[in-house]
Amino acid sequence: MLLLAVDTATPAVTVALHDGTAVVAESSQVDARRHGELLLPAVDRVLAEAGLKLDAVTDLVVGVGPGPYTGLRVGLVTAATFGSVLGVPVHGLCTLDGLAYASGIEGPFAVATDARRKEVYWARYEDFRTRAGEPGVDRPADIADELSGLPVVGAGALLYPESFPQARGPEYQSAGALAALAAEKLAEGSAFLPPTPLYLRRPDAQVPKNYKVVTPK
Amino acid sequence: MADEPLVLGIETSCDETGVGIVRGTTLLADAIASSVDTHARFGGVVPEFASRAHLEAMVPTIERALKTAGISAKDLDGIAVTAGPGLAGALLVGVSAAKAYAYALNKPLYGVNHLASHICVDQLEHGPLPEPTMALLVSGGHSSLLLAPDITSDVRPMGATIDDAAGEAFDKIARVLDLGFPGGPVIDRLAKEGDPKAIAFPRGLTGSRDPAYDFSFSGLKTAVARWIEAKRNAGEEVPVRDVAASFQEAVVDVLTRKAVRACKDEGVDHLMIGGGVAANSRLRALAQERCERAGIRLRVPRPGLCTDNGAMVAALGAEMVARNRPASDLELSADSSLPVTEPHVPGEAHAHSHDHDHVHEVSKKNLYS
Ligand SMILES: [Zn+2]
Repeated sequence: MLLLAVDTATPAVTVALHDGTAVVAESSQVDARRHGELLLPAVDRVLAEAGLKLDAVTDLVVGVGPGPYTGLRVGLVTAATFGSVLGVPVHGLCTLDGLAYASGIEGPFAVATDARRKEVYWARYEDFRTRAGEPGVDRPADIADELSGLPVVGAGALLYPESFPQARGPEYQSAGALAALAAEKLAEGSAFLPPTPLYLRRPDAQVPKNYKVVTPK
Repeated sequence: MADEPLVLGIETSCDETGVGIVRGTTLLADAIASSVDTHARFGGVVPEFASRAHLEAMVPTIERALKTAGISAKDLDGIAVTAGPGLAGALLVGVSAAKAYAYALNKPLYGVNHLASHICVDQLEHGPLPEPTMALLVSGGHSSLLLAPDITSDVRPMGATIDDAAGEAFDKIARVLDLGFPGGPVIDRLAKEGDPKAIAFPRGLTGSRDPAYDFSFSGLKTAVARWIEAKRNAGEEVPVRDVAASFQEAVVDVLTRKAVRACKDEGVDHLMIGGGVAANSRLRALAQERCERAGIRLRVPRPGLCTDNGAMVAALGAEMVARNRPASDLELSADSSLPVTEPHVPGEAHAHSHDHDHVHEVSKKNLYS
């Protein structure tokens, strides 16, 4: 078994290879503006580090968000394309579940990532393997009471310490954690999400002024 | 010919997810998924809807194209993709897919220019492009006059719109007349039953001191809207067919006049017309008439190849392979404002001058700020 996991739903562009037992190689770069440029070279690097070729991959794992859309789609379309060429399954996992898993927290807690526009994507967890309910997108102050007293993991928590006084790391998503979680789920035979984006927000249905202008002026 | 390059091309710069496959100048497949119906109710392309639709359609459209072409992906000589210009988020889906595809198949990747692709697509219809070719590109996104001595390496801007694109003017007038989106086809249809000389709408930038090859459609758009408003305010019925015909005539008159003049001035004996507005029947007819009179050969691909599609990207990609142009690398950016003077985006090792500030535009929310 060889899992290739990618996640581009957060500022981290993160890629990992997992052999079913442990992470074999991993690359994580934090650069919210360059997901498109960084992902494929990272895949290439991780495979080279492991001394493997892409066709050795038996399963693809992809973080489906929630996350700001433009970057999120880079990981999803990359995983879907690899899946099509290699003829291997593409398993979707909630990005927040990767951060939860990486935290290793045994009791109740929450995960929050930066949703921009002064909001966070967040979800509650029973423990690091078990999410309690669907992820949401809210202003930190609006969920501070509900999460009060709980540790809150992730960059979205660390960004708003006044709302989340118990904010803690890990700050960024790691594909290694996502892959380890996926390996557990595969071994248990439990279900994955479809490899399609969790957008949460409705799109801005606005036609920009001077729409469709693609000619450089 | 079996040794002509077999190339798959991916286009996602606006609202069409296009995947084409060509062998040299022969079209093997042209698969398209369009999100135009989603945009129709907003009267224009909504970038976020377009990006979402590209992600959903990308892999199924690639698979459909391969099936239609009846080839194995392993036999491809290269993967081409529109690197720009276009909507940043939309381009990024296609560029990411093309990179993954090229990497997984271990094939060279060619990031190419959308505008050059619009010109090169005519090779699939009328054979190799004459060198140089003059090209008039008109669509909802572009109105440009380009001189292409070598479509893979030398494309020169002669003129462009200084405000609205021609297709945009069609959409806006259709909106004023409550005809829906997109406006091009319906105006073309109604204009056939109207009098193009009924109303004398202005011809933008045609004065003797105006730039010879630039276009302006904003003033025309306003003039038409005011004319309609005045009729409505006077309680009179708007003669929709005459308005459509007279407006359309004003647009195609300027486009063809300037294109023919550019050919004459540059001594070019071929004019190519591409882009969605090239499907307009009056534009085709008037261009034919004026080109014949000037001794210029007109090349206009069939309407399906004029609008955005993957075949045009594959056509330019095949030309890149045939002429041994350097491939792009895996860091290739989606560049929403890729200049028309860059027909393709070679990798770092080959780039003569690489402007990093310019290249990293993918995270721009959209083009309209
Ligand atoms: Zn176009």
